[in-house]
Amino acid sequence: MNRHLLSAGDLSRDDALLVLDTAADMDAALAGRSIKKLPTLRGRTVVNLFFEDSTRTRTSFEVAAKRLSADVINFSAKGSSLSKGESLKDTALTLEAMGSDAVVVRHSASGAPHRLATWIRGSVVNAGDGTHEHPTQALLDAYTMRRRTGRLEGLSVAIVGDVLHSRVARSNVLLLSTLGADVTVVAPPTLLPVGVGSWPCHISYDLDAVMPKSDVVMMLRVQHERMQGGFFPTTREYSRRYGLDARRMAALPDDAIVMHPGPMNRGVEIAAEVADSVRSTIVEQVANGVSVRMAVLYLLLGGLMEVDISDAAPVPHERGVA
Amino acid sequence: MSVRSVPGSRWVIKGARVLNGDPADLYVDDGVLVDDAPANADVIDADGLIALPGLVDLHTHLREPGREDAETVETGTLAAALGGFTAVHAMANTDPVADVAGVVEQVWRLGQQAGHCDVHPVGAVTVGLAGERLAELGAMADSAARVRVFSDDGKCVHDPLLMRRALEYVKAFDGVVAQHAQDPRLTESAQMNEGEISGVLGLAGWPAVAEEAIIARDCLLAAHVGSRVHFCHVSTAGSVELVRWAKSKGWNVTAEVTPHHLLLTDDLVASYDPVYKVNPPLRTHQDVLALRNALADGTIDAVATDHAPHALEDKETEWAAAAFGMTGLETALSVVATAMVDTGLLDWAGVADRMSIRPADIGRLVRQGQPLIAGAPATFVLIDPAATWTVDASQSASRSRNTPFAGRELSARVISTFLRGAPTVVDGKPT
Repeated sequence: MNRHLLSAGDLSRDDALLVLDTAADMDAALAGRSIKKLPTLRGRTVVNLFFEDSTRTRTSFEVAAKRLSADVINFSAKGSSLSKGESLKDTALTLEAMGSDAVVVRHSASGAPHRLATWIRGSVVNAGDGTHEHPTQALLDAYTMRRRTGRLEGLSVAIVGDVLHSRVARSNVLLLSTLGADVTVVAPPTLLPVGVGSWPCHISYDLDAVMPKSDVVMMLRVQHERMQGGFFPTTREYSRRYGLDARRMAALPDDAIVMHPGPMNRGVEIAAEVADSVRSTIVEQVANGVSVRMAVLYLLLGGLMEVDISDAAPVPHERGVA
Repeated sequence: MSVRSVPGSRWVIKGARVLNGDPADLYVDDGVLVDDAPANADVIDADGLIALPGLVDLHTHLREPGREDAETVETGTLAAALGGFTAVHAMANTDPVADVAGVVEQVWRLGQQAGHCDVHPVGAVTVGLAGERLAELGAMADSAARVRVFSDDGKCVHDPLLMRRALEYVKAFDGVVAQHAQDPRLTESAQMNEGEISGVLGLAGWPAVAEEAIIARDCLLAAHVGSRVHFCHVSTAGSVELVRWAKSKGWNVTAEVTPHHLLLTDDLVASYDPVYKVNPPLRTHQDVLALRNALADGTIDAVATDHAPHALEDKETEWAAAAFGMTGLETALSVVATAMVDTGLLDWAGVADRMSIRPADIGRLVRQGQPLIAGAPATFVLIDPAATWTVDASQSASRSRNTPFAGRELSARVISTFLRGAPTVVDGKPT
């Protein structure tokens, strides 16, 4: 693996499978333990640097780092010097001076983690940058798909909604294509970027046509500002054409699953009965997020699996399966 | 090349190739070129060097008054002289804005005091660049600065009726409106060229049509009212087609292209390094080729630097927070040599036409862009066409360091610059 995780596109197939396999090992190592903690990153410091509110992602990284026994510093924009106009660079140098080994960064500006990586020596993990990428979300999604369906190679995945502004969609398209899945992005044309035709996926404006051939349907959150921004006429029309309700879900193959990165707008892009159905992996995704983020921190900070958690039971049927 | 004595007012430039013609001597006496070698002249050996009329920049941000931390008239014009320029047009988006006679006269005087090159202030078209009502264009034209080029550069004169009035009004004093063609609604929060790369990088796209739609409109407006119009920094293949079409109609339309749009493309943005953040944005390889061809065939009249210095802290940020703009005065000639001369698209006479003669004409500068013949002002630049050099931002005379060419090897180098018989640069160093 590289020193940083900035884009899902930076991961080779082997890198990506290593993360997924390591996450599975983490799950196995912790399974049945009364104290859910591994000593592998003891004495290392992980900084959660969040310039945007995101309780779920920040908490997930925090739990992941703590389960590996790392020291965790939460540095959020509110109440910090950032609200006093300190630059990203000065914040980075401050954290560096405090001896951070890894910085997990969430920022509203696309590319902010790339800039950070040029200023500090430690590892940078992109926890979501603007409308660019969210690579650990894609990894946890791939992990969830593999656990639920047993494969990634050849899996038909539909990613539905505001692809234009979605960092989740960008990272998933890149990672899933690397792992051999067959991805289709589905959206109104106003919510697809110019140039999407060069992405490694299919494009559709018609959700109903895509449903019957999808093993996985991933619904993206519709941001409130898009509802106001003239990208579609009304929320109700969006919901009718691109929302997932029980009627549409019935068109899915029997063993297909429904995913959502959260937080959901129930009744807009996803109906309540779909979100709560047995096909839904939404809660599972949250749990898997911790395992995958443990794996990422562990691999970036250079631990050796065999030494550190040698008591982990291997999971042969999952290892290396893509 | 060497200087044999302290610079005086009489010069013999030995063996210079004017417009890359046969080697001949240039004789300078009392600020003008003369037929015969003057007595007691200082001698410069220009063997192997090309002489062109001094370069004229239609588009320079000198930042003074207001942002003297980024550039001053003194530092900016020194950078200009080192780049072979003998005249620059100082853009109006200063603080305060150059929208009244007092400000343009201040900038003009600062230029005279600095003495590195002529400074011709550009007047704002609208009060405070706000795009709401005309500034006192006549007062700026009649001022000591004798403003002839008017621009809200950085902002588009978007209101079509206001643009029509501006185009009409400046006819009274043979002025020209230099339009920054950018539809504001189509570029809200835009960060880079809209295309494959913006989609991947998750940066809000800046569509070509936002530039082209304004150019099309303003060509039609200029034709309707019988005015001339100039387009700043055209950046797309479509803009080139529109200007070509307008010229084919015989309309009085001129256009400029920046050096960076002749060499750099939007894939550089993948680094998220704001040194590549510029307005208009870097475009695609196809756009670059179209711009080069248009400059070669004369559809695009001039190279203009859009030299836009910025303080370090305004560029050492995340992409979205960074300022738009690149420095360019010291690299312009070499970028044009690399993109246009090395590729066989333009000869040195063509470079003189696009970087001196035509921009001087657009700006109505009577003492610039003149042929290097007896009786003409001794305003010229000596260039080593065989030199190659690697750009080092730390060596810039500009107060800012935001050159996108740092580390790049470029062709041809400015050796000496003369302004009405006085050297401003000798042997690559300011006098």
